[in-house]
Amino acid sequence: MHLKNTFKIAITSILSNKVRSFLTMLGIIIGVSSVVLLMSIGRGLENYITGQFDKLGTNNIFISPGTVFSEEGRFSGKEQMLNTINISFNLDDVKNIRKLKPYVVNYTYYSSQSDDVKFLQNTEVATLLGSNANYNQVIETEIAKGRFFNKTEAEQGEKIVVLGWEIYQDLFGQIDPIGKTVQIGSTAYKVIGVAEKVGSSFGGAGFDSNIYMPYETMARAYDSEKIFDIVVKSNSEIDTKETIRELEKVMEKNYEEDEFSVYDQSEILSVINNILSMLTIGLSGIAAISLVVGGVGIMNIMLVSVTERTKEIGLRKALGATPKLILSQFLIEAALLSILGGLIGLGLAYLGTLAIQSYFPAKVTMDAVMLSFGVSTVVGLVFGAAPANRASKLSPIEALRYE
Amino acid sequence: MATKSKKSSPILESPILELKNVSKIYHLGNQTIKALDKINLTINQGDFISIVGSSGSGKSTFLQIASMLAEPTSGTTLLKSKDVTHYNEPERARLRNKEIGFIFQQFNLLPRSTALENVALPLIYANVDEKERLSKSKEVLKLVGLGDRLYNRPNQLSGGQQQRVAIARALVNEPSIVFADEPTGNLDSKTGDEIKKILKKLHQQGKTILMVTHEEELADIAEKTICLKDGKIIQTRACNDQK
Repeated sequence: MHLKNTFKIAITSILSNKVRSFLTMLGIIIGVSSVVLLMSIGRGLENYITGQFDKLGTNNIFISPGTVFSEEGRFSGKEQMLNTINISFNLDDVKNIRKLKPYVVNYTYYSSQSDDVKFLQNTEVATLLGSNANYNQVIETEIAKGRFFNKTEAEQGEKIVVLGWEIYQDLFGQIDPIGKTVQIGSTAYKVIGVAEKVGSSFGGAGFDSNIYMPYETMARAYDSEKIFDIVVKSNSEIDTKETIRELEKVMEKNYEEDEFSVYDQSEILSVINNILSMLTIGLSGIAAISLVVGGVGIMNIMLVSVTERTKEIGLRKALGATPKLILSQFLIEAALLSILGGLIGLGLAYLGTLAIQSYFPAKVTMDAVMLSFGVSTVVGLVFGAAPANRASKLSPIEALRYE
Repeated sequence: MATKSKKSSPILESPILELKNVSKIYHLGNQTIKALDKINLTINQGDFISIVGSSGSGKSTFLQIASMLAEPTSGTTLLKSKDVTHYNEPERARLRNKEIGFIFQQFNLLPRSTALENVALPLIYANVDEKERLSKSKEVLKLVGLGDRLYNRPNQLSGGQQQRVAIARALVNEPSIVFADEPTGNLDSKTGDEIKKILKKLHQQGKTILMVTHEEELADIAEKTICLKDGKIIQTRACNDQK
């Protein structure tokens, strides 16, 4: 018999009992939608983070105090992180690194503080970054209004600031901030620019709530010469790994091996993505359990269906259906139920993704679609096999007699 | 052979179905039940034969073996002179599809399918394409007087109409022989008469029919009546006696 007809029979059977078919599919629907949704959240997160790192600027190499990565390529543990608090760099380190030609094309460094910022009645807490004048070139920062401070202003330690977008919005609203004075701590600063909106990172405040000022200014105001990070724009014609090695050599002259880290964003990225993948796989795995439960649901209903339709099976056999045809009819029915459930689940996951997209960078990916489609087909076939086999083995005489 | 001829067949007699020394033995625990005991019977083209017998006489088993639903324990079954005794289930299924039409006491229609779809069912398994399936099924439904009920579901039809759909289904693939198992058993006498008329008409058109019943009145419309008792064919008179 043509496969088309077997499909038709299966579809008719599914449609003739819509409520039950839907309930049968429910397990698969929930399973597939949760797996796909979790995968799209995971993938979206990866893309988002990659995008965020691209905003840090290309060819950048970071020099940070303490051990950022453990040797297994993960973020290091608490103990090693404690080094970060005790160790900081100073201007001598910057000088040593600056001289490293031709590896270093540009460089910046910054210290950091947190303090209250006031404009008129508005007060906000901001992260203050005290850097050299190259900061906006190295950490590619577009300026939306006004300008970034220049080398002279930086060296003189003038009391000027560039506001992050969010801080600007919160403090000034509709007012033009350029030339206005804000009070940070007990000192007054003149606003000379506003950085363009970057978009916030998860949880953390991100670039948009930063306030940039010259390093000298901050060092005087907070009486601290500590430098937290040095960022180097490396020569794109030289292998990044080689540059990292050279930078390490320079740093090793003054620091122990575990007192500093030299890394580029691909390293951070791969660690974060590793963690994310593990998380996604783990969560999807848990969600996949519901797929198995869904499969058992299909098997259950198909077994009931075979019993219920014993007479129909007997009739079909009497009229010429071979055991193989009955087997394929029930297998196709189970697979169709499962695939249909998978498609509905996929649709729900897609809608879910659209719904959370405004808060969360989720994205349905092709591999999630293929995976859910494949898995639901396999689930249908595997769990449909037992009932279908039972149906195909029914004796037509017994089946016709069944009441 | 224990058959009674009412009239001679106008058609040249050629055997459609031959049962030779057919026995069927069931085992129920330690008990052995001989449902059929060395049955010999030949059914020729155009025959209309009724099998009568009380319950437990073996007529159901007879029907099952004759209609290729079951295999005999011993003996030989020939269909159109071909030995089909030991055909396996897929082969028998194909044979039933092609050569045999079934009319059941309970009609056995698919409740969610229309009359037309029900009639077309054997043609699906015969790999007939959809267009031809529908046109053939319509034709046969018209033949049994249901040309205006093509798209009704069984629950929208009376018992007599349902049985006529079943008859149409039995005829649609032009089988060599039609088996009717108590075809009026679930019908009142008036609608039963309708079915009888149809069966008679089919016989007149040259169809080969084998009918199993315990109703003598129904058996009488057949050309020959065979009586079964304890798995054996016995004389017609004795059959009447045991009623």
